[in-house]
Amino acid sequence: MATDTCLLLGTKKGAFILRSDESRRDWALGGPYCETWPTNHVIADPATGTIYAGGGNEWFGPAVWKSTDMGKTWTHSSEGLAYPEGEQPVKAVWSLAIHDGVLYAGVQPAGLFRSDDGGETWKHLEGLRNHPSRPHWNEGGAGLILHVIVVDPEDGDRIWVGISAAGVFYSGDGGRTWEPRNSGTRADFFPEDQRYPEFGQCVHSLVKASGKPQRLYQQNHCGMYVSEDGGRKWISIEAGLPSDFGFPAAAHPRDPDTLYLLPLNGAAQGRFVPDARAAVWRTRDAGRSWEDLREGLPQQNAYFGVLRQAMATDRHDPAGVYFGTNTGSLYGSIDEGATWQPIAHHLPPVLSVETLVTPR
Amino acid sequence: MPTRAPPHPAEASPARVRVRLPGALVDLFPGAPRSLDIDAATVRDMIEELNRRWPGMRDRLCDTTPAVRRHINIFIDGERARLETRLPPGAEVFILTAISGG
Repeated sequence: MATDTCLLLGTKKGAFILRSDESRRDWALGGPYCETWPTNHVIADPATGTIYAGGGNEWFGPAVWKSTDMGKTWTHSSEGLAYPEGEQPVKAVWSLAIHDGVLYAGVQPAGLFRSDDGGETWKHLEGLRNHPSRPHWNEGGAGLILHVIVVDPEDGDRIWVGISAAGVFYSGDGGRTWEPRNSGTRADFFPEDQRYPEFGQCVHSLVKASGKPQRLYQQNHCGMYVSEDGGRKWISIEAGLPSDFGFPAAAHPRDPDTLYLLPLNGAAQGRFVPDARAAVWRTRDAGRSWEDLREGLPQQNAYFGVLRQAMATDRHDPAGVYFGTNTGSLYGSIDEGATWQPIAHHLPPVLSVETLVTPR
Repeated sequence: MPTRAPPHPAEASPARVRVRLPGALVDLFPGAPRSLDIDAATVRDMIEELNRRWPGMRDRLCDTTPAVRRHINIFIDGERARLETRLPPGAEVFILTAISGG
């Protein structure tokens, strides 16, 4: 069956949708959508093709936008997307996830909401903010944000979230109760004898390996990790990478051992690609070894970074890999990272990239 | 910036006011006009009426403190208002987006 491939972009100035046929060589750009609101995350429900965009505007607050016609028209709602009166109000939506028609939204200040009616109304999953560690959560550089939601595709009751800088939390009961899952991840910004706390780590991204119920990968502010037990214990896999710092991680759609990263030169060195030469780094053995993939990417004077949600794979075979830069460029590979092509330049800073493959 | 004193509840009776909405807000609610007349006693009541006509508009103008959003300004006859501010009959209410962004 012929398919279209869509790239869903959240940017500092709205959402964009790029569309191509199966060849993934020529892309048509649509947008900016969502009234150019800062749009942190755009996802699609693969079952329906409905697109959801989460963000927040300094004037008008947080909202989740929705389009059922591939971006032609949009509605927006934040009904119920709020903490009780007197608490610090929700400022923005940072992350979205969908599983079996249930939509989740992670927000700033950190908390998790659920919608059972396609984003029309929201319910707060209070268990996370009721966790005893909550008073001790510290803000990361972008604020106290819940920026990643991973729902087990095989079991929707199993949910992992990443909060900067509180770490990874896990719920096995659909979000009612939570436990921190950070054992083995470092917090170099704490005193030397407190660098492996129960929570407080600065997780940057979290992805689940395809086909392995218990394997997760994590890019952290301080290192790169794999877990083989659903996050109970994390093992460093940063040996062989040019730095222990980066934001995004993207899992291969089928091979649980293949992961893509985009390390940056360090937290305090500008957060550029190392040596101003762009490379995506790939492991094919679950982090035991890494290779840099550079063909087609700028190899001089590249002073950009890639943010935590701004890299994704598609489900084609061979898989496509895409990333957007904080300087408004978008690159893609249709051969699993072997070669790269620029797809767009001069966009607003890219905050997130996701993919959707639909029947034509 | 001076603000009006909250009204005594007994004093709060509906008044007809002319409300002017910012373009960036109207763009979010198809069919909403830039200017309309509303009968309301307070700014809070006025926003509730706007929300009744265009569901969701309250959340765009107010947070859950509850308060008018930090980057939204509401002026009544030239004075900055809060949710509790009473609406005098015939007043002109300007809802404005503050300087913000980057």
